[in-house]
Amino acid sequence: MARMISYCMRIIEIPMLYLQKRLGISRLAWVFLLPNLLLFGLFAFLPVVLNFVYAMTGSDQILLQDRTFVGMGNYQTLTSCEDFLNPNSCKDDLFWRAVYNTFWFVLLQVGFMVGFALLTALMLNSKIRARGFFRSVFFFPVLLSPVVVALIWKWILQREGLANAALEGMGFDTINWLLDRHWAFFWSVFISVWAHMGFYTLILLAGLQAIPRDVYEAASMDAASPFRTFRRITLPLLMPTMIVVLVLSLIKSVQTFDEVYAFTGGGPGSATTLLIQYVYETGFAGTPRLFGLASAASILLAVVLVILTCLQLWASRRNVNG
Amino acid sequence: MGKAIAFLTRTRGRGDGSQRLHWTDWFTYGYLFLGIVLMFGPVVWLVMSSFKTDAELNNFPPRFLPYAQESVVLDGHKKPLPLFTVTEGELAGTQVAQVRRVGIVSQMVKLDAPDEIIKIKVKEREPVEKLALAWENYTDLFKRFNFLQFLWNSTFITIISTLIMLLVNSMAAFALSKYEFRGRTTVLALIIGTLMIPQTVVLVPLFLVVREMGMINSLWGVIIPGAATPTGVFLLRQYMLTIPDEILDAARMDKASEWKIYWRIILPLSAPAIAVLAILAIMWRWNDFLWPLIVLSRTENFTLQLALNSFQGEMQTQWSSLLAMTVLTLLPIAVVFAFLQKYIATGIASTGGK
Amino acid sequence: MANLHLQDIKKAFGSIEVIKGVNLTVNHGEFCVFVGPSGCGKSTLLRMISGLDTVSSGRIMIDDDLVNDVAAADRGLSMVFQSYALYPHMSVRQNLSFGLENLNTPRKLIQQKIGEVAAMLQIEELLDRKPKDLSGGQRQRVAIGRAVVREPRIFLFDEPLSNLDAELRVDMRAEIAQLHKRLGNTMIYVTHDQVEAMTMADKIAVLRAGVVEQFGAPLDLYHYPVNRFVAGFIGSPKMNFLNGQVVSAVRGEVSLAAGRGMALQADSFDLADNAEVVAGIRPNAVSIAELNEADVTVEVHGVERLGGESYLYTRTSDGSSVTVNIQGETSQEIGQTVGLSVDVDKVHLFDRETGISLRRQQA
Ligand SMILES: Nc1ncnc2c1ncn2[C@@H]1O[C@H](COP(=O)(O)OP(=O)(O)OP(=O)(O)O)[C@@H](O)[C@H]1O
Ligand SMILES: [Mg+2]
Repeated sequence: MARMISYCMRIIEIPMLYLQKRLGISRLAWVFLLPNLLLFGLFAFLPVVLNFVYAMTGSDQILLQDRTFVGMGNYQTLTSCEDFLNPNSCKDDLFWRAVYNTFWFVLLQVGFMVGFALLTALMLNSKIRARGFFRSVFFFPVLLSPVVVALIWKWILQREGLANAALEGMGFDTINWLLDRHWAFFWSVFISVWAHMGFYTLILLAGLQAIPRDVYEAASMDAASPFRTFRRITLPLLMPTMIVVLVLSLIKSVQTFDEVYAFTGGGPGSATTLLIQYVYETGFAGTPRLFGLASAASILLAVVLVILTCLQLWASRRNVNG
Repeated sequence: MGKAIAFLTRTRGRGDGSQRLHWTDWFTYGYLFLGIVLMFGPVVWLVMSSFKTDAELNNFPPRFLPYAQESVVLDGHKKPLPLFTVTEGELAGTQVAQVRRVGIVSQMVKLDAPDEIIKIKVKEREPVEKLALAWENYTDLFKRFNFLQFLWNSTFITIISTLIMLLVNSMAAFALSKYEFRGRTTVLALIIGTLMIPQTVVLVPLFLVVREMGMINSLWGVIIPGAATPTGVFLLRQYMLTIPDEILDAARMDKASEWKIYWRIILPLSAPAIAVLAILAIMWRWNDFLWPLIVLSRTENFTLQLALNSFQGEMQTQWSSLLAMTVLTLLPIAVVFAFLQKYIATGIASTGGK
Repeated sequence: MANLHLQDIKKAFGSIEVIKGVNLTVNHGEFCVFVGPSGCGKSTLLRMISGLDTVSSGRIMIDDDLVNDVAAADRGLSMVFQSYALYPHMSVRQNLSFGLENLNTPRKLIQQKIGEVAAMLQIEELLDRKPKDLSGGQRQRVAIGRAVVREPRIFLFDEPLSNLDAELRVDMRAEIAQLHKRLGNTMIYVTHDQVEAMTMADKIAVLRAGVVEQFGAPLDLYHYPVNRFVAGFIGSPKMNFLNGQVVSAVRGEVSLAAGRGMALQADSFDLADNAEVVAGIRPNAVSIAELNEADVTVEVHGVERLGGESYLYTRTSDGSSVTVNIQGETSQEIGQTVGLSVDVDKVHLFDRETGISLRRQQA
């Protein structure tokens, strides 16, 4: 294997040496960049431009020459509502359901996740035994694939699953968790928190460990209570990390699709349909395939993401300077 | 014993020598152990369940350990017969084998008299069980489903995409960290720009591009776009910036070509960063879902994730295969995690996920 | 044969000119040292010679071949870097063989050459270690070995000893000098330490701000510095500078601002009446004298007694400092006022404005 790679590299060296002689060293840099730029150009930059074209055209044809120009029509379809608070009054009611679902999902998921991540990080940062072990306990679900996460919990929540057995054991009636819109939404948020919390715990823990020990020692000399120490010392010093975590989790939460889709399929009804699922179903899973509408919706989503990313860059810069 | 307790409860080593637990310690440990149950519990439950027979899976309330009903082979009966213990009546306590069940009545035979049918009410018997791992859940996957095909697809995509990504990204990172050239800042800015536009918001045009390149319903349609991520370029560039330029100059004086400098000097010296990126890439590609879902629509092209997702729709009642498949899907990640968890943790923390 | 010829070499980074027209010839077998303060462009000049950087204008000739457009690898030079720049992931043996492999040297020959070089530099036992397992001095040897093994036409050294401690530096200095003697190659050596330059060089080029101020043999530079900068840079401890004015050009009389006048040999200097000058006096060209006979009166504010010799750090009434080197011990104490007499044969005179030496060229 190693010999084969070495052999390949030696073969590539021949044209590269020729190019080096022809172009000189500093222009050779472009040769090194070329494969990457090609990939980015084709699969990142070009799609961004095309996305606007799709959003301005209609019909269910994917090829651009078969599509008809509709101007802002797709955006109008998405945003024409009699009452914005009532999805049923909208022309594209599923879109607005997805928007509201996503809004609540993000609010709850980020709130609970960051809250628990902070709590866990604080626990892990106190003087405990086997910290490494506990850290991996909370971290390992991050590595699981979304589908696996969904199935693990689906198995627990199925009609005759562990959760219902526990309920019955305690003398309650069993519940059909995933067929009830509120419970399904709750559990969607729950598994999402379960799966991603460890990642943010890790970042927050790193932030906590960056706080110098002597600050705490000084506080304990002042006989500050643990709670006061947390309020007056830990929290302010952790704030930069908290902001990064918040923004990062917002960015990811808005794009949630995999685990919820595999978990509930967006149901019951459209109770757990999130924005990306709307895009997927409008553009790819449904018939006719409304590429224009899907593109318009993803551009609206992209606007949110760009704002959040700018926030993140701003926050991390402040972090570096502060 | 006393020593062990002292050891376990000795936390918060305070200077005043107090060895008792503070209430905050109780809270901390309580929280952490609850964490173990909540985080590990579901996975353990999944693994346990995957070793249960279909019959056992249908039991409610479920039991923790996998049990299977014992059976015996008796003369005059072709198939092995399930064993029961009679709970009521004159035969209470004896073991009998069930030949068939008719409504609420079972037709049983005694073990020592395999020809003589006895009728016993269903309520008056209890299955004889033993701990047994239902390996057939796993072997069935290979026999009845195209499991190997899915496994191969996932593996192929993961490995090839990771290799391409490592090669292409390290080349770009090398150029961006070690060469002065016009337009370098522009390229860097463009790459930062792609951080803002994840795949999820360009699905439709990406689909067109991939389609036009004839890669729909081909593994390459997942592999190639997957290699275009900016994270790796940043991670590697950051690391390569720490390699002193003098080493490159020394190599140039040693008559090494630029390409040789790249693969004999830069690549080996960036090994730690490349390892981190490789682990991340493997994880991303192995767990990928949305994009394969769009590109791969034929079953024979499915990755493990897609197969799992589609089978959970088709096999609602057949949890045994589904659970076994889930376990096999998470197994590689679990193994990687067990060996490399430190790398992964730091790697993920340093890149901010994806 | 390998001589090096620089013709009007210039280098600009963007709009900043770093090397401003350097002309030099280094003959075959010479040990040439570039010396100058930090940031004066020594490394830049060396890197242009090596081919790692391109020249903005001018010509570089090696053995009368123009090499401006020849890549670093093909100039047949080798270089020892300040940070050694050993390949951290390769063993010492691989470090030495990497360059030879790139030249497609047969494997047997590589082994033989490595053996010879390792024996010469006494690094045989280190051949299978990685650079991180070596001491600073050993790394230095390996770095030199890597340069030697390729049998280059010219060796380039960029401050190779600056990362070593003082004692080791003295040892390595001797070793490099020995190496030069044994190999007989042309060597170009960059340093900012004038002691290194003085002890090792056949020729020294003193650089300041991208210009070669003076190029010549070490003792020529010491005795006949062309300007105040070279005079101050070469020699340790530094030359003392005292302001003065020419009283009479014909008689060679110069009055010192901080003391009486001196009568110099008028025919060794180009003097003009009333010219403002700076007298340069090395610490060993002054001695203690009775106050009433002294050329200069100073106040002692520091004494170093080294046993064999002593240094007085003193200040004149107008604030210029004067270092005095006394053979043997001294009884002077801090705060004392002492008189100094100047050995007029060893005085240098510089124009106060331009800093150019007023001494006549040697015939
Ligand atoms: N790549 C570059 N871009 C812009 N300016 C540079 C560059 N390299 C060097 N310089 C400038 O050129 C001048 C000379 O640098 P050089 O490294 O040759 O100094 P040096 O004499 O070797 O100093 P030192 O003794 O500290 O090594 C410095 O002022 C430096 O700031
Ligand atoms: Mg330098």
